[in-house]
Amino acid sequence: MNEIEIPILTTTVTKMVQWARRSSIWPVSFGLACCAIEMMAMSTSRYDIARFGAEVFRGSPRQADLMIVAGRLSRKMAPVLRRVYDQMPEPKYVISMGACASIGGVFDNYALVQGVDQIVPVDVFVPGCPPRPESLIYGIVQLQRKIDQQKLTELSSESTRVPKPLIITG
Amino acid sequence: MTSEQIIEALRGSVPEGAVEPAAAADGMPAIYVAREHVTDVAFALRDLPALQFAFAPDITGVDYMPREPRFEVMFHLVSLGVPGFGDVPKRLRVKVKVPGTDPHMPTLSGVWKSMNWGEREVYDLFGILFDGHPDLRRILMPEDWEGHPARKDYPVQITMKPKVYEPLQLTPEQFAANLHADRNRARED
Repeated sequence: MNEIEIPILTTTVTKMVQWARRSSIWPVSFGLACCAIEMMAMSTSRYDIARFGAEVFRGSPRQADLMIVAGRLSRKMAPVLRRVYDQMPEPKYVISMGACASIGGVFDNYALVQGVDQIVPVDVFVPGCPPRPESLIYGIVQLQRKIDQQKLTELSSESTRVPKPLIITG
Repeated sequence: MTSEQIIEALRGSVPEGAVEPAAAADGMPAIYVAREHVTDVAFALRDLPALQFAFAPDITGVDYMPREPRFEVMFHLVSLGVPGFGDVPKRLRVKVKVPGTDPHMPTLSGVWKSMNWGEREVYDLFGILFDGHPDLRRILMPEDWEGHPARKDYPVQITMKPKVYEPLQLTPEQFAANLHADRNRARED
C-alpha cells in the first residue's frame, strides 16, 4: 500500500439522516401578523438564520420542512393553515411563534383560535409578543436538538396516525 | 353647511317629517332619517344641485341594546366640491333608527355602489337585513358562522372548537371510483 489517505468517515445511517434533516430546515412562508416581521428580520443578514441552514423560505409547502406559525390565527384561517400543513411532505415540523399563536395572546375572543396546537401538532413554542429574532433562532436550534433525537422511521408528531379517509361534502 | 341648512335644502324633495337634525359632539352636520324614507332621502342627497353628496365612504351600525329602537345604521357622505360634484366640499353624517324586533332597512347599494360591501359588513356583524341588496352574504366572518358578533348580547369568549376541514387525501377506492365516474361521463358525452 502506498501512503494515500483515504477520506472516509464512518457513521450510522440514522446519524447521517439526522444531520441532513437538521441542517436544512426550510420554512414555508406563512406569516400571519406582526410576528412575521420578526421572522423576516431573522432571515436578514443581521441575524442571519443561514448559519443554521434555515434561510430558504419556500413559497410552496411542497418544498418546505418547517411551518413557523407567526401570528394570531383566526378561525376563518384555521382550515387554510391545516391545508398548508397537510400539503407539506414528511418529515415536517411546526414552530408556534409568539403568544397569539401559542395561547391566543391578548385576543381572548370568539374570532381567534386559542392556540394552534388545536389545529396542527406543534414541536416548539416560542414565547414573546413578538419574540425577538434571537428567540426564534433559539427555537430553531431547539428544534434541531429535537430532530437529533428523532428516530429514522419516526415521522412528525402526528404522522404515526393512520390517514383518515376524506369525506367530501357538497 | 349645518344640519339645519341641509334639511332646508331637502325640503320639498322628500316627504314631510322624513329628516330631523341629530346631535353631534364633534360639530359635524348630522341628520336622522326615517327608515321608510331612506331611499328617497338618499337620492335627494345625491342628486340635488345644492347638496351633491356623490361619495359614501363609510357605513356602520351601532347597537344600543336596552334601548328600543335598538340599532342605528350610520353612514357618512362626502360632497367633493370639484366641478360636477358640488360647489363646496362638505360632509354629512346620516343616522337611521332600526328596531331590534324587525331589523330591516332598505338597501342603499343602488344609490352609492360603495354601500354594497359596507352593508354586507353591517349585516355580518349586526344582523341588520338590507331589503333589495343584490348579494347579502357575510363578508368578514366564515360563511357558516352562527350569530352576529358585534351585537351587545353576543358572547366575547366562546368554547366552540375551531372548524378544520378534513385533510386532502383520498382512499384508493375513492380514487378509483372517481376515475370510473370520469370515464363514464366521457362516454356519455
